[in-house]
Amino acid sequence: MEFLIGNFAELTITGLVLGSVYALVALGYTLVYGVLQLINFAHSEVFMWGTYAVVWVLTLLGASGTSSLAGAAGYLAIALVAAVLMSGGVALIVERFAYRRLVRQNAPKYIILISAIGASFVLSEIMGLRDKIAGFLGLQGVLGDYVNNPRNTSTLPVEIKPEPVLQIGNYMVRDTELLIIISALIMMFVLDQFIRRTSFGRQIRAVAQDPEAASLMGANSTNVVRLTFLIGGVMAGVAATLYMIKVGATGFNVGFVLGVKAFTAAVLGGIGNLRGALLGGLILGIAENYASGILGSEWRDVTAFVLLVLVLLVRPSGLLGESLGRARA
Amino acid sequence: MRAIKASQLLVVGVASALVLSACAAPADTTEGGSGSTESFSIAYQGPLTGADAKYGEYAKAGIEIALADYAAAYPDGPTVTAIYSDSQGDPAQAPALAADLINNADVLGVVGPAFSGETEATEPAYSEAGLVTVSPSATRVSLSEQGWSTFFRVVANDGAQAPAAAKLLTDVVGAKTVFVIDDASAYGVGLGDGIKDALGDKVIGSDSVEKGSTTDFSATVTKVTASGAEAVYYAGYATDAGLIQKQLTAAGFEGTYASGDGSLESTFIETAGEASEGAYLTAAAGAAGDDFVAKWDALTVSDKGSIGVYSTEAYDAAWVILSGIGEGNTTREDVLAWVAGYDAEGITKHIKFADNGEIDGAGGVYYYLVKDGDFEAPVAID
Repeated sequence: MEFLIGNFAELTITGLVLGSVYALVALGYTLVYGVLQLINFAHSEVFMWGTYAVVWVLTLLGASGTSSLAGAAGYLAIALVAAVLMSGGVALIVERFAYRRLVRQNAPKYIILISAIGASFVLSEIMGLRDKIAGFLGLQGVLGDYVNNPRNTSTLPVEIKPEPVLQIGNYMVRDTELLIIISALIMMFVLDQFIRRTSFGRQIRAVAQDPEAASLMGANSTNVVRLTFLIGGVMAGVAATLYMIKVGATGFNVGFVLGVKAFTAAVLGGIGNLRGALLGGLILGIAENYASGILGSEWRDVTAFVLLVLVLLVRPSGLLGESLGRARA
Repeated sequence: MRAIKASQLLVVGVASALVLSACAAPADTTEGGSGSTESFSIAYQGPLTGADAKYGEYAKAGIEIALADYAAAYPDGPTVTAIYSDSQGDPAQAPALAADLINNADVLGVVGPAFSGETEATEPAYSEAGLVTVSPSATRVSLSEQGWSTFFRVVANDGAQAPAAAKLLTDVVGAKTVFVIDDASAYGVGLGDGIKDALGDKVIGSDSVEKGSTTDFSATVTKVTASGAEAVYYAGYATDAGLIQKQLTAAGFEGTYASGDGSLESTFIETAGEASEGAYLTAAAGAAGDDFVAKWDALTVSDKGSIGVYSTEAYDAAWVILSGIGEGNTTREDVLAWVAGYDAEGITKHIKFADNGEIDGAGGVYYYLVKDGDFEAPVAID
């Protein structure tokens, strides 16, 4: 306890950093749930593919050595675009092949759920077997740097050195940490405004409320679903870039644990609720850090899920509990 | 409609019968032809994929060299091939693979299991089946205390590594305060506890992180920096070891970072990046000699792994089993008895096992310093 008080600022800030990544990934779960009332279990792999886009594009650009955050800004901006395109693209592929036909034919929810779990395995294993796939295509020689040792850890070719920039309490906040928290907040704000104020956003909310009535009013529900997946993918791409700035390493199986945590964050905040995803993510990140500090790091997962159960016991619909459809304009 | 379906079924049925008989025919002839010379297998159980895949690669180099030496030393002996069984080092996945190996009557011995956790998970089954295992790298002390008749290892256990690692931190590094982190795995807890015992009150803090459950170690990092420790020892595996060191350095930690044989592979340096400079890795394993490297270079098999920590131990482990097969022990029972009574010079040390499967008279413990992005030649800790 003394440790928690003595290092309160540091534990809170680093918890917020991790929570920001949870929150951005949680958005993907919450958006799809809001529109389709389905849990997109393949979303964790959408994130994982984004982290690889970051590694690959920096390898392609020949980045190497170490750099400060500002020095690598150019690289990171390009990596961000690549990750957003990759994650957005993979999310659209998931929607097209794992969802669209089943949703159109009104398949039972559990069937679509299984389809998504299947898609998740396929996406993860494609990444884990990419050397074989390149081999089939006869491209292993050309793509060697990108596909060799596919099941090992892949690291960011340029190493980003965090610099202390700002004192809060007794902790010097690093520039990378500041960037991650601020970027996540900006993305959340932009998305929130997009859903509330634009005509696309209105269509998403309309379909979330009542798909049939929305389509009678001229909203194309297939397009709306596709757009929802795309937005979730874009957010996962941003999360992937921020994650790589902080952690600097990824693997084909990195999505699973983070996906479970992000999904937990979405449920904690109230699934289907955008602001809930942010709140849930941040609370989860901080709670994990506090618990690790007080009880020991082996307790972080226990604490995360005990917290989830306790919140759901008191508020079964999550902290903010309001659905996407009922968000006010 | 129904009639068509029935006829289609018939066609499929006939076709599959034909295919099956076609497959069966050549198989029969092969078996008849190979009746004169026997063929057996040795198996490797360990990580070939996943975060710890490098260990499998290193072991493969040793096993392939041993197989080449076996073919040269026993040209008239049975043909022996290696089966590589990928447990990913995961105790949850290993039992099913062990069952496959046990059910494969051709397998006379196992090189492995590579990690302590998977050994705990699979050794009871091997012991029951009487299939001998010789591990090149499972170092948890308690493994030899379970009464498993088939458990052997050609490496000193963490009972030797832990005090030596403690000595490294106090004498070579000169640290007065140490923070010990383990990864809650069978190996990590055993090694970490051993180091805490050896260091006594020099340990000013400790934490336990769960292997593979997170990539963010900020709470642990805060604990280390708040403790003011001069050195950190991480008992766990390479990817997490690298991430923790990187995050420690980013948070301004300037002390010495050390880890064990679990992290002694290139993934550690790749993951930690520049932060890994000056890190110490301990292991009860020395470097491969020039002869060994030359033999590896001369191998003609396409996938021959690469040389790294425990390659030479894997060679010794494989050789103990292979020489037994070469000397005419072609049942599991005989090979087990052969290994238990083995007494000969290996390439890492003299190989002779105590009754509990431990190597008699353990070899030394070494440290490897990271410099210019690579491990320097090992130095003995004495």
